[in-house]
Amino acid sequence: MLEWLKQPWPWYIAGPLIGLTVPALLLLGNKTFGISSSLRHICAISIPAKISYFRYDWKKEAWNLFFVGGVLLGGIIAATWLTNAAPVQVNPQLSEELAGYGITDYSNIVPAGLFSWPALFTLRGFVMIVVGGFLVGFGTRYAGGCTSGHSIMGLSNLQWPSLVATCCFMIGGFVMTWLILPYILQL
Amino acid sequence: MPVKEEISGTALFKKELIYTDYEVRSQNAMCVNESTLDKPLRVNFKYALLGVFFGILLVKGEVISWFRIQEMFKLQSFHMYGIIGSAVVVGMISVALIKKFKAKSIEKENIHLEAKPFHKGQVFGGLIFGLGWAITGACPGPLYALIGTGATVILITLLSAVAGTWVYGRFRDKLPH
Repeated sequence: MLEWLKQPWPWYIAGPLIGLTVPALLLLGNKTFGISSSLRHICAISIPAKISYFRYDWKKEAWNLFFVGGVLLGGIIAATWLTNAAPVQVNPQLSEELAGYGITDYSNIVPAGLFSWPALFTLRGFVMIVVGGFLVGFGTRYAGGCTSGHSIMGLSNLQWPSLVATCCFMIGGFVMTWLILPYILQL
Repeated sequence: MPVKEEISGTALFKKELIYTDYEVRSQNAMCVNESTLDKPLRVNFKYALLGVFFGILLVKGEVISWFRIQEMFKLQSFHMYGIIGSAVVVGMISVALIKKFKAKSIEKENIHLEAKPFHKGQVFGGLIFGLGWAITGACPGPLYALIGTGATVILITLLSAVAGTWVYGRFRDKLPH
């Protein structure tokens, strides 16, 4: 059993369980599922700077910070006790292409050539780590939600604006992957 | 005199709080606390526990993998489509059942779901987030989980995402919505 748990879980196990987070939060305390709002709460706590968007009673939303704290802890637990040493399985087409950019290290959960402390101080690493993160934070808040808030919670509640947002997430992702990322990876 | 000023200042701040609280609800409806109950902070540990469960799912389902996200956008693997699709189906059925049976939360509160009004930010912001998602291979949830798995450099990505959120808040009134 534990050996099975240590392998990557198939989508038909992980996906439905992720979906169950939606009713679990509703039933636990009338909370709607969403993660990117935690970034807003962090701003409200640390650097509100008299900006009205960050001046609200964040203590009322503290549950969200407990939740993301739990997600981080879940990452520690999964990486410590629920992991096997096998390298990440990647589509051969993708690994062939990535090898062209010098990305051949599959020992970590993230490609070490792109996301590591030494990589941070290269132009490519800086764009991937810092610029990428900025776009995620800016975009999710502008859109009013992320993959969890819009794509899972919003679609679960049959909200068409969330479908619009989800389609735009995908379009942005396709544009980046096919048209822009090849140039970034060449840096 | 300074005392009086301070009092009026506090009152002003409180008034503004009420206003922005409403704003949190209307503009940010997907990720808000719908509960009106005032609970002590320790009650929140149940959400931390659920977060642990969710974090493990993100790692073991490989949702946090940059490679899986690349495969998704390159249409080289069904995995992520299966994850998101099945999660949405389960979520939809659950929400429909909750509505049908008018289920209450374990705190005995009626479960309330806010409608999400459309604004242009869902298009512009959505596209911007999509660009970032394909670079980092992580949406906000996986950022936290990745740091937990020991990819500590992702802490910089998270801080940068906080900075992005802050810049949005700072220039929000100048952006089309």
